[in-house]
Parts: sequence; structure tokens; C-alpha cells
Amino acid sequence: MAVTAPMTAEEAIEAFLRQNETKELLRFTTAGSVDDGKSTLIGRLLYDSKGVYEDQLASVQKASVNRNAGPIDFSLLTDGLRAEREQGITIDVAYRYFSTPRRKFIIADTPGHEQYTRNMATGASTAELAVVLVDARKGVLPQSRRHAYIAALLGIPRIVVAVNKMDLLDFDEQAFLTIRSDFQVFSAPLEIPHLDFIPISALDGDNVVVRSQRTPWYSGPALLEYLETVPVMAARNLDQFRLPVQYVIRPNLDFRGYAGQVVSGVLRPGDRVMVLPSGRTSRVKSIVTYDGELREAFPPMSITVCLEDEIDISRGDMLISPDSMPHASRRFNASVVWMNADPLEPGRPYLLKHTTQQTSGTVRTVLETVDVNTLEKSPASALHLNEIGRVAIETHKPLFFDSYRRNRSTGSFVLIDPVTNATIAAGMIEDTKRSTPADEAAKAAISALGWGSGRVTPAERYARAGHRPATLWITARKEAAYCLERMLFDRDCLVKVITDDFESPLVSELARFSNHGGFIAICSVSSNAPEETSRARDVVGADKFIEVDPTELSPRDEEAAAQLCRLLETRGIIRRDDRFAEGSGI
Amino acid sequence: MQFLALTHLRVLEAESIHILREVAAEFQKPVMLYSIGKDSSVMVRLAQKAFYPGPIPFPLLHVDTTYKFREMIAFRDSFTARIGARLIVHTNTTAIEEGANPFQLGTQKCCGLLKTRALLDAIAEGGFDAAFGGARRDEEKSRAKERVYSFRDAYGQWDPKNQRPELWNLFNGRIDKGESIRVFPLSNWTELDVWQYIHLEKIPIVPLYFAKERLMVVRGDSLIPLEHDVPLLPGEKPQMVMCRMRSLGCTPCTGAIRSEADTVPKIIEELMLFRRSERENRIIDHDQEGSMEIKKREGYF
Repeated sequence: MAVTAPMTAEEAIEAFLRQNETKELLRFTTAGSVDDGKSTLIGRLLYDSKGVYEDQLASVQKASVNRNAGPIDFSLLTDGLRAEREQGITIDVAYRYFSTPRRKFIIADTPGHEQYTRNMATGASTAELAVVLVDARKGVLPQSRRHAYIAALLGIPRIVVAVNKMDLLDFDEQAFLTIRSDFQVFSAPLEIPHLDFIPISALDGDNVVVRSQRTPWYSGPALLEYLETVPVMAARNLDQFRLPVQYVIRPNLDFRGYAGQVVSGVLRPGDRVMVLPSGRTSRVKSIVTYDGELREAFPPMSITVCLEDEIDISRGDMLISPDSMPHASRRFNASVVWMNADPLEPGRPYLLKHTTQQTSGTVRTVLETVDVNTLEKSPASALHLNEIGRVAIETHKPLFFDSYRRNRSTGSFVLIDPVTNATIAAGMIEDTKRSTPADEAAKAAISALGWGSGRVTPAERYARAGHRPATLWITARKEAAYCLERMLFDRDCLVKVITDDFESPLVSELARFSNHGGFIAICSVSSNAPEETSRARDVVGADKFIEVDPTELSPRDEEAAAQLCRLLETRGIIRRDDRFAEGSGI
Repeated sequence: MQFLALTHLRVLEAESIHILREVAAEFQKPVMLYSIGKDSSVMVRLAQKAFYPGPIPFPLLHVDTTYKFREMIAFRDSFTARIGARLIVHTNTTAIEEGANPFQLGTQKCCGLLKTRALLDAIAEGGFDAAFGGARRDEEKSRAKERVYSFRDAYGQWDPKNQRPELWNLFNGRIDKGESIRVFPLSNWTELDVWQYIHLEKIPIVPLYFAKERLMVVRGDSLIPLEHDVPLLPGEKPQMVMCRMRSLGCTPCTGAIRSEADTVPKIIEELMLFRRSERENRIIDHDQEGSMEIKKREGYF
């Protein structure tokens, strides 16, 4: 029987559900001031997409009547708390939800006043799109610049400018074009990847849900259509695998799983992973979930990873792909949004929360502040509430991070006041650490030390020591470095471990100095940045410099040290172990 | 769907699991408030997922006013036993012994004693420093600005002006002694999301959600279940009505709706068609404009 029966009511619902269960999620932020008509726009999106339930609407109609605000005041749909309703302003980030057959939307609705920069930043932190409202009669105001700047600072890759109140200008194309070009000019330095413009009337509904007849000169989509079709999660980082460990699941002796959310990259069983900060490597045995094992995991999945080797891993550690190491340092520069009434005090201890770890740290210096209205930078010694600035930070423990630009999860942090427990700042880590004037001065001072050859020649030192000098350059693995030092020392070698807890520019200088004295220098360094490694090679000299691929090392420190010993033998730095050779009877 | 993409329900799921794990890792003694309703059912499923294959590492707490539906209590006991969860049931026995009941005190005062007070006492007695609740931001206007980690002072009170900014998924759970955090892992879920997830995951829920013939008191537009000796007004006579509950609370304050929806898909269909907010049938919210906000300030979930 090839006749297709018409769908029963039940089947129709099931079909509807299947479609709804494959919706995508888009988070966006809206920023605008009281008069921009932002609340009206959101109210209309919610209402016209039928996201407002009847009785919520009924209660608004009741409130509207009391306040004599006309037939339906859409803004009342969105103003939440009593205090705000009475004052008629929105003072905090409010989250709204609506969906269409294609997508579910989460709006982070933020107020536009300057004193609410922190709320705008909060709303923008999780958004992948920003709707910036501009009043067509007023053009691009300082607040529009502020919104665009904060959206760009928080890494939102797509901004759509809704030029509102076009009805009051009789839908004049020229007015729209002027605003568009003004906006493009001032926002050029922000390097916003996608910037689009839509002429609308939130009050009348033009180009909000359906394309308007009154803007024949505009050929683009209506706002809702735009929101339904822009790519979602397009800015995800799928290259560098990172999983900050949240929790270790150990129900019995046979199972040990590391639970966390994949923040970037893709993970598959069999993949090689490295654990930070220990630097040990292993392979993924399985990716476990309640719904069965996964063949691949990607952001933003919450998963549990089991590894082939028993490695000591706890909360705050990070699983990464060894092919793309994050930066490791106690010092970095960041842009911060100051969110507290008490100003930032350089040198004061704060708590820093980054991925799943928390450490204490200080702001060493404020490098500059940025005027959120003009984007002008100026020197400063402190930051006040709602100010944005660039600062230099130093933490007690080294952090493993990427720049915020590359990775929104491993590049972001918040500062917490250890006394009041308040969240006082949001930070975005800058691209790479540039060496500071102090670093340069220290380097110069070391170069000024006496490096002359003296009266003892390198050959004499070699003959005395019984081995050649060399520099082993290893990322992390401090314990393995100490094991190796012991091993070499027991074989009568001149050897010294040099480690840094944060990116020190002097490790390579000290290695060079040790080599000069005939020593084997084992450098266990926190940074694997290629530019640091290549500088070290230059300083030490390529003939003495041995870079170790950490992925080749055993996760066990003793075994790793033995591997390194054999490496030194093969490279002819030290002699083969004769005792072993004799014992074997050769 | 594009390459390596997740549906909106899977994104919500992953984010909720992240929140559950953060709290389990960072707090000394978390507890999950378990109201037996559909949102609690979803929250418990997410907790099972978050710690799989391990057990849920915190107990479930049910604040029992003694005015719940009998079917709710039966479901609670069998469900928690089946999944092996630890269950704590707390009742404000002092108030009940002193005669607190919804018929004489009025809903506000009754809720204050049997829910809010009981909850605060249970949290204090258990020494819990974090309590998960199934509240969603889409439920009511005052909740739109609620944080995922909602800070409560030593008296369990909520100050809407003094909540911590929440950026990315970096939650600040630092508290001083006596203070606590209410955590809402379902913050970003809507009622429709919850139902779709129940459907997708085949999550068990209390049968009261499904329509069947039930003995009811018809009072104006409201249907009041005939349980716990609800006093009848003159001329009222209970009658069989095809109906179901849209939200589950105490029987005297939970109205039913006339409905034929006896499966999850039919409930979803009804939801799409009727589009009444689920709180419409909870009498307590109608007492006063913004009443939910007032209750929250006092410590109600």
C-alpha cells in the first residue's frame, strides 16, 4: 500500500516537535537609551513573534491604564522590577526570551546610560550579536559610540544598527544613509567584522518583523528575518582544544573522569591531550556522557573525559591539545571594565577568577583609560566605576590563557574583592605579552656582566666536566626537570635546573651563563610562545640549544627524565652510561 | 544545522550542567530544592547527567506544606527512590501545630509560614550554603533580572539592587558565614523549552499534568481540586471536570485548567495555542501587583 495517509493530529504535533527540537539558539544584546525606543522594539519583537503570553499582556494593559500611557505601551512588557517601573528606566540587565519556528532567541537587554557601562558589558559578554539603536532624528550620539565600542571590546562579532523612528522622518532615505556613513566612519577603528544597518519604526512595526512598504529604497531583510538568518556560533574557536576541568567524577576505583565544558576546539577518543599545569600528556580513552559515549565533542558541550594514563588532575587544571599551547604567565596585560563603586587600587590584592581556577593577584599598573564616548586614550593611575582601561596584572599562580580575541573563555576573567566578595571588574586578556622596559633593562644588565673568555677555555671545561654544555628547553614539567638534574648529578655532571613561575625574560640569559661555565642547563619554562623559544635559541646559541617536544615525554617524571638522559646521549652531550654497558657484559 | 552545531535544547542542557558542576565543586554543602513539579524533574535529570556515572553529589530538599496533592507525594517518593537520590523533607511543624492553614490565614500569610519560613529554616538547619531552584527568568517579569547565582544575606533575603554582575560563565560564589546563594540552572529555559526537553528525554512527571476527569469545585473561572477539606462556598457542589494542572503547588492555591491534553505533545500543542502564562493559575501572584518580587525579597524562591 503506497498510499500516504494524511497526518493525524498527533503526528502533526510530533512533526512540529521534531522541527522545534532542531532549532538553533542566538543570543544578542540590545543597548539603547530611554528615548531610543529600545523597550518598544523589544516589546514588539516579543509581541509580534507571539512570545508574550496573554495574561502577561493583560497585566500590562492594566498597568498601562493606571499610568495613562496610551493603548499598549510595549515598553511595559520589558521593565521588570517595581522600582524601575516607577522610575520608568531599566537599571539592570534583563534577559528576555522569544522564539520563532527557526530559532530561539535570548536577549540581554541593557540600559544605555553611561553609568551603566558595566551592565552593557555584562550583557555583551555572552552575546554573539548586538542590536544598537539609533534615533533617526538625532543621528549617531555619544551613546551609540559607547554601545558599539563595548560590543567590540567584549568581542561581539556582529553589530546591526537599527535606525529607529524612521516614521518621524517620513522614511527619508538620505537621513538613513547619513547615519550609516557616520557610524561606519567612527566605528572603523573598532574593526567590527560584520556591521549592518536596518531602517525601522519600532512603534509602527516597519521592518521589525516584516519588510515595510514604506522603505522601497531598502532591499535588506527586516530585523527579525536578519536575526533568524545570520550564522550562529560562527565565531567559535574550533582549532585549539581547551577543557578547563570543573569536577573530578570518581564513583568507584575503576572510573575517573574529568568533567568540564569544551570551550574551544574539537576532541575525539584517541586524541593526544596535555594537562596543564603539570605538562603531562596522555590519550583520550573515552568521552563519557549520560547519553552514551561520544565520537567527538565540541563547544559548548559539557562532557566527561577519561584518559589512558593515571594522571593526577584536579579542578582548575586544563586539558588542551599539545599542538596549540596556551600562554603561561603570571603577568599579562588586559582591558578591564571597572564595576565597583570603590576605584581600582594598583597593588591591592584581588581575587582573580579565570576559567575554573581562582588565584590572587594585583593590578601592577594602570596603563591607560579609554573614554567610552570618544575612544580617546589617556594615562591614568586608577579606574573608577564604569571606566574602561588597559592594565598590567600579576597573579600569584601562573595562568594558562589565550588572548580574548582568540578565545573568549580562556581569555576572560573577573576580579573579586576578597573583603566584600563583590565582583569588581571584568577583564579581557590582550594578545601577547610585550617585554616591558624593566625586562629590557634587566637584559641589558646581564649583557653588561663580564662575558669574556678568561683564561679557562671551553675545551678545558669540557675535559674537566666530562660532558659538553647544553641547554634543554622544556615547557612546564618542573618535576621531570628535577629528576633529570638528580640523574645527571649522580653521573658526575655539572648541571643546574632553571625554572620560572612566570614568563621571565632572563631564563635564556641564565642558561647562556650556565653553559658558559660548562654546565648543562635544564630550563623548565612556563611559556611555550614560539617567539620566546626562538629568542632563547638565539641567546643560548643554536649549537647548545635543545628544544624538547613535551608531547614525546612520558607522563611519569622518572621515565621522562630517563628519556631526556638518552636524548643527551644521542646528541653526544654526555657519554653513554658505561656502568650499564659493563654490567651487560659488552 | 551547520557542522559541529548543537540545537538550542542541547546548548541549554550543556550550560545548565556547567552550572551544576560549578556549584558542586565550589560550595561546601549544596542542596537541590525539589518541588516535584516539571521544572524540578528537568533539573534533577540535568543533575543526573552532570555527575554521570557518579551519583548526584547533593541531597534533594522538599519543603512540604502538607497541602500538596497526594499524587505529588507518591510521585516524589517513588521517583527519588528509583533514581537513588537522597531526599530531605522539611515541614514547618510548629506553624501547622499552631493551626496555620490556607483557608483561614489567606494565601500570603500561609505561604510566608509554610513555604518561605520553612525553606529558610530547612536551609539553616541543614547548613546548606547553596540551594538550587528550578525558577526560570521567563516565568514572571521580576525574574528577568535574576542572576544565575542569586546572593542571599544571612536572613535569606534578596536585594535586587545589590546583586553581583555575571559575565561570561564566570560565577562568583564567594560568601561569608551564614550567607548563601540560590542557584538557578534553568534561568535561560522557557516553559516551552522545559516541555520539549521532557518530551525529548522522556522525563517522568507527576500525572496531575495530564488531563483526566477529576472531581473539582468550579468557582468563577477557577477549578479548585477537592483535596485537603477545601471549604465550599454556599451553593457550590463538586463536579467531575476534564482538566489538568499547569503548575503544581498546594491544592487550595493551584487551579486546574479545562483540558483534553493527556500526553506531552498535546500539552505542548495546548501551550502553543492557549498561551496563557502558567502562573495565571497560581492565585498567590494575583494578590498584589509585583507580589512575586515582594515574596522574593523576603526569601521565597
